[in-house]
This record gives sequence, C-alpha cells and structure tokens, in this order.
Amino acid sequence: MSGRVLVGVKRVIDYAVKIRVKPDNTGVVTDGVKHSMNPFCEIAVEEAVKLKEKKLIKEVVAVSCGPQQSQETIRTALAMGADRGIHVDVSGKDYENLGPLQVSKILAALAKQEDAQLILLGKQAIDDDCNQTGQMTAALLDWPQGTFASEVSLEGDKINLVREIDGGLEHIKINTPAVITADLRLNTPRYATLPNIMKAKKKKIVTVKPADLGVDVTSRLEVLKVEEPPQRQAGRV
Amino acid sequence: MLLRKVSQSSALCSTVLRLPAVLTGGQRQAAVVFVGQNGRLYASQAAEAVLEKPAAVGSDAATKVEKKTAAAAESKSFAFNIFKGQITTSQVFPFPQVLNEEQEQFLRELVGPCSKFFEEVNDPAKNDALEKVEDHTMEGLKEMGAFGMQVPADLGGVGLSNTQYARLVEIVGSHDLGVGITLGAHQSIGFKGILLFGNKAQKEKYLPKLASGEHIAAFCLTEPASGSDAASIKTVAVQSPCGKYFTLNGSKIWISNGGLAEIFTVFAKTPMKDPKTGEMKDKITAFIVERSFGGVTHGPPEKKMGIKASNTAEVYFDNVRVPAECVLGEIGGGFKVAMNILNNGRFGMAAALSGTMKNVIAKAVDHAANRTQFGNKIHNYGAIQEKVARMTMLQYVAESMAYMISGNMDSGATDFQIEAAISKIFASEAAWFVTDESIQVMGGMGFMKDAGIERVMRDLRIFRIFEGTNDILRLFVALNGFQNAGNQLKSLQKALKSPISNASVLAGEITKRAKRKAGLSTGLTLQGTVHPELAHSGELTVKAIEQFGGVIEELLIKHGKKIIDEQFILKRVADCAIDIYAMVVVLSRASRALSEGHTSAQHEKLLCETWCTEAHDRVTHEIKSLHSSESRKLFSNMRAISAAVVENGGVVAAHPLGF
Repeated sequence: MSGRVLVGVKRVIDYAVKIRVKPDNTGVVTDGVKHSMNPFCEIAVEEAVKLKEKKLIKEVVAVSCGPQQSQETIRTALAMGADRGIHVDVSGKDYENLGPLQVSKILAALAKQEDAQLILLGKQAIDDDCNQTGQMTAALLDWPQGTFASEVSLEGDKINLVREIDGGLEHIKINTPAVITADLRLNTPRYATLPNIMKAKKKKIVTVKPADLGVDVTSRLEVLKVEEPPQRQAGRV
Repeated sequence: MLLRKVSQSSALCSTVLRLPAVLTGGQRQAAVVFVGQNGRLYASQAAEAVLEKPAAVGSDAATKVEKKTAAAAESKSFAFNIFKGQITTSQVFPFPQVLNEEQEQFLRELVGPCSKFFEEVNDPAKNDALEKVEDHTMEGLKEMGAFGMQVPADLGGVGLSNTQYARLVEIVGSHDLGVGITLGAHQSIGFKGILLFGNKAQKEKYLPKLASGEHIAAFCLTEPASGSDAASIKTVAVQSPCGKYFTLNGSKIWISNGGLAEIFTVFAKTPMKDPKTGEMKDKITAFIVERSFGGVTHGPPEKKMGIKASNTAEVYFDNVRVPAECVLGEIGGGFKVAMNILNNGRFGMAAALSGTMKNVIAKAVDHAANRTQFGNKIHNYGAIQEKVARMTMLQYVAESMAYMISGNMDSGATDFQIEAAISKIFASEAAWFVTDESIQVMGGMGFMKDAGIERVMRDLRIFRIFEGTNDILRLFVALNGFQNAGNQLKSLQKALKSPISNASVLAGEITKRAKRKAGLSTGLTLQGTVHPELAHSGELTVKAIEQFGGVIEELLIKHGKKIIDEQFILKRVADCAIDIYAMVVVLSRASRALSEGHTSAQHEKLLCETWCTEAHDRVTHEIKSLHSSESRKLFSNMRAISAAVVENGGVVAAHPLGF
C-alpha cells in the first residue's frame, strides 16, 4: 500500500460573507469577495494530517480544481500539514460550469495516477451544497465509500467508520482503497500557525490541466438563472 | 538692479522696503534670524529639548547640529520640506507599493489564520474582565508566531517587513487592543532595540526565545519623575573599575509587560568622561537586562481605565549586575537608541488603530442601517450621515498614513520621523473621535458593555498619552520643521553676504516672497503628479503648502530662537502640518485608485475631495490666526487665565450664587 491520501479542497466564498446576486442574474458576485477553504474540506485535511501524525499513512496530497487562486487554498492545506499539492487548472467558462461530475472524474484519474490508498473529501461544498463529489468519485473508481463520517479509524487494511445519518449513527466497516467524506463532528481543524505557513512555502505545488488527465470538463448542465430567495414575510401568531 | 526688478506692485514695494534693513547686514532683525550658529543651535536643541534637557551643551551639541544640518539639507521627507514651502514628492507620490509578488502572496496567507484566531479564540471581553490575556490565548498566540513577527526567519521569527507587520497588526487592532499592546510592548518596543542596535552575539542569544514567546520583553524608560522629559531619568548604571559589568539601580513605572517580562530594555544614566573636556558627565545608555541577573523585581499590576488585559507594573532594579556585553548600542548613546526604537514602532500604532476604526465603523453602520426611528432607518438622516462620513474619512486618512509610512520605511527611507509622529497623533485622535461617534450613533446601546464599543473607547484613551504624548509630538513636529526651515534661511543669509554674485538667487527669493504676500501662486504645482480628476484638490493642497511655508518663515524671522518657547504657536503649526500631510496622503492614495481603476476609485475620490476641502479651510484659518495680532492677545489671555487658576489651586471666578 502506498500510504498516500488524496485530500480534495475547494475554494469557496467565505461563510461569513453576505452573498449578493449579480445584476444580470447569471450567478453571484465573486469579484473582490473574500474566499476561503470550504469548512468541510478543512475537516478532511485535518483528518488526513491526524492520520499521518498517528503514522497510519505516509503522505498527504492536497488537490484543488480551479483558477490560479485555488493555489491559495492548497497552501492553506500545506500549512495545516499536507505534504504537497496538485493544482488542476480550470478557469473562465470551464470553471463557472465545473461541477461534481467533472471533479470526480479528475479525482478518479489522480487517484490512479498517484496510487492513492484513501480519498478524503468534505461531505459537501457550502456554495453549491451538491453533496455528490465523494459518491461519484467512489462509483467511478468502483471503491467503497464512507460518507458523512463522524469517526474514522484504520484497522489493518480496513476502515471502521461511524456515519451520521437521518436516523442516528451507522457503524460500517469498509475495505481500502476507499473514499471518505467528512461531516461536521469528525474533528476540529487546527489553526495554521505563522511558522507552519512559512514552512509550507517550501512545499511543492504541481499544476496540471484536466486534458493531461484525460478528462473532458464540458458540462452537461446549463445555468439558466440565479435569483435571491423570496423576501421573508412576517409571521402570524 | 535688484530694486528695479521688483518695483511692480505696492505689495512688492513693501517687501522691498523691508529688505534693505537686512541687506545692510545690521539691525536686530538680521541678528535674530541670521545669527546663524546660535539660532541654528537653539532650533535643533529645541527639537531635542522637548525630549532631552539641554544638558548636552557645548561641543557635543555642535557636532550633533552639524550632522543634523547635513542630513536635513538632503532630506526627502515631505513633511520636512513643507516648512520651507517646498513640495518634495519622492516619498509620497505614487502611493508606495513595496510588496513583491511573493511577499504579497505570503501576507495573504497569513491574514486568514490570523483573523480566524482573533475571531474564534481570543475573547476580548473576557480578557478585559480578567485584566489579563487568557492563558490559552497566550499559548495560541505564541504557537501562531505572533511574538516574533519581525524577527528574521533564521532566528525563529516570521521575518515580516514593516508593511506586512502593519497588515497583521491591523487585524489585532480591530479585535483587541489589550492583546495588541501586550504584543506591541514586547516586539514593537520591548526588544526592537536588539533588532535595531544589537550586535550579532546579542541577536543570536536573545531573539530566538523572544520570537517564540518563551521570553517576554519590556521597554523600561519612564520613571516617576521622568515622563516626557526622558533625558532627566535617574536610574543609574555605574561601570565597574574592571569594566566588565555595570551596577544598575533605580525604578521604572508604568512598564507594559513589566510583570511578565524576562528581558528588559533599560535606559539608565552612566557617568562618563567627556573625551574633549575631560569632565564627568551623565549620559544615557541602553542595556539588555535579564530578570535572571538577580535584583529585578516588579510591583502588582496597575488598575487601569483601559487595555486592562495588558500587564502594567513598576519595575525595580536593586544593585543588578549587568555584564558589559549587554550594553545596547554605544555607551552614552542610549538616548538615540530610545528615540529610534519609539520612532521605528510608531507606524504600527497607526496601522492598529485604522483596524480598530474599521471595526467600530462597521458596528455603527450596522446599527444605523437597521434601526428605525420616526418611520425611517436612521442612516437616512443627515445627522447620522455626517457622522458616518466623518468617521470614514478619518479612517481612510489614518490607514493611508500607516501604509505610506510603512512603505517608505520598507523602501529604505531613514528620515520619516516627522511623518511617523504625525501618524501617531492623527490616528490616536481620529480613533478616539470615531469610536466616540460610533457610540453616539448607537445611542444607549453603544454605552452598554455587551455592544463591545465602550471597551474600545476605554482602551483607546491611552493611545494619546503613551509612546510620546500627542502634545509633545506636536512640539516635535513643529520644532523639527522650524529647524529645517531655519537652515534654509541660513543659506539665504550666506547668499546675502555677497548679494551681487548671488543676485539671481536673491531676486528669485524676493519675487517668491512678494508673490506669496500678494496671494499669488509661487509656481508650485502638483499637476502631472496627481490624477487629473483630483486636480482641484491638488491645487488646494499646493495653496495650503505655499501659505504654510510663508507663515513659517515669518514666524522664524519674528521669533528666531525664541520660537521654542511659543508653544501656543507651535501647536497650531503642527496642526497645519498634520492637515497638509493628511491631504497629500489621501491625494496619493486616491490618485492611485483612479489610475489603477480600483472598484472603489470613485468613492475614494469623494473621500479625498471632501477631506481636502475641509483641511484646506482649516489650514487657511489657522494660518490667518497665526498672522493676526488677535491671536497674540488670545494667547496672552490664556496664559493669564492659567496662571490665576494654578495659583488659586482651582477655578477663580466667584460662584454665581456668591457662595
């Protein structure tokens, strides 16, 4: 086993920002708006780094798909303890239309290329709330999946997982290699300290294009309109 | 020949009438200005006198003066040169952009975690209530590397430049000034001396543990009898006969981190033999003192109005043996060390306070946008709109000053002390006003602890006092500027000694003064430097500078060396200088925004134009009063009032009821 974990990190609009719809209703305003790593991705990175600290895995590789700025997100993962990064360069129209299906194809290709033992993702992104990438990636690779994980423990070449589901908690045991998606209570992500950020500067980030991985990122979906939710009406008592 | 050239208008004629008295070389007037050596001596001494008693007279001061003149002659500092009525744009236009791509990217990465820490881990209300920074917060700050931000990376720090440091300190300032002072007292002044003046051995010995926060540092200058008058300190360090160590005795008060620190930068008087005269003199020396040397104790934490989380205590030195290797800089050069340390850290205050202002403005605006009274959200009312606008402009100016100065420092400028002093005065007073107005906008809510603003108000009060009171710094700005202008007049005097050979120079100078007196432009312009959309504001700034240069010269001619005692005048002169620097700083920033097409460029233009219009009016009004004789009367009235009240130990006027 390679002992290598791939962690997917997505650059999203920061959770604290007040979202505004663009005047032409084609999307939301992203220019000049604060972005950060998707909170569930942070939890995934933290879990991967913890596993490495427990010496259960050997290397953590952070992956992000997006424009140049995605490298900032990868650097945050490096500052938290990831070893190296892969930036899959997607920009412009391709980036606007990038969705779970294309990302899961990219992750699947990378997993094969990097001989990954484990893929750790956040359960969903806070911008599109899709909750699909982990599941699709597992399906494409034909790997077992442990989604909404609130507890993960490695046992030999198997993984014990506790999943948070509507009915309560589900305990499962899956084989490796596998895809795990992190839920809120899995852990509390560490703060990237200034010295770690400095050390992260020396870690490598490699840039590749989707075509290099044999992935076609054209979307099957077309966004017709984006509008604000209806104004809340006053309640009645 | 000279007279024919300038015979045009009556205004010019009056100037001509004045000059012959000077040209003939005699008369009291000439003596007062062009008494060259002595006048210059006093002016520069004055600058030091506000901070140091004129104990260092004689040859020592003369050499200091020579050096100062040489430096002043080539100064690129904008603030220095406006006293001569000149515009030196190299440090102010364009607005400095000193971060290369790597530094900028690195800084971006730091901002996130830093902000997150202060939003989620640090609890300012708790720190204020406990009157200390919570233990787990201190640990987190140490882990984060916040205690050694400007220490070089190879000695365990983060190695930030001034601009990068300013950006992070802005975050601290916007959340918790108590923590800000704990960090600032440690690195901005506490061990800054080691960074600036330490030799290799001292740096390697002390910086790593200071950067990690294992050791905390403190800056020990103030004593019960020596605050603004720093040169009068009484703590003594006597060198041993063998020369290997000093014995330190004395006590310091109001030392930030005094109760926590392991490493102290201590200033003490060391008796020294003057090499030229052979007499024994007391000169200040800076020492690195470790608590582990023994004999160092501290008092209980002081109970304060604000920055309660920061530890403030008295520190006592009782026969402390300080090894000679711990002298910081030169023996006897301690005053320079102290001033440089304080000067070097001042931009940090402006940066932190601009963060504080941003935060309280956001709170006020949030309230104004949601509070409905009389059927409307209150931000629709003029009274609130004016408050919000003024707060915003003040924050914009302070922020612009902070980053202009940090940018100048990072570019290698060495003569930024006037600008740094201006930024400290401006930012501390602006922050006080902005926070006060913010409470006002929020009404009763602003007064309540939960809103979090009253704490900021209490924290801010000290900023106008410590690190050089604003009153002293105003004197410093004015006197430094006068000294510089005085030097120019001196070179003019030289030219006057041989008027024929210097005819063109003199003619130019005469014409300039005549034009100024007539209210005509002397040819100065910012056209081509400032963005065309800001041309009018640029003109207002130029007018202000021209008038300012004129009144400075007039005051120098009128008062000469006695200007150092005219504090009523000096304060007003400083206020003008501050307003002018503020105008230029926003012109520069707004010009850059317009040239680079920033999204907020039009808004910044609005801020710039509004500020410049009001600042120009203030400066014009102030200069008018400095010209007039009414203000002379007012000053003497105020002197008389003060004398009577002091003598009476309180107000003098009889009670309206007679008892």
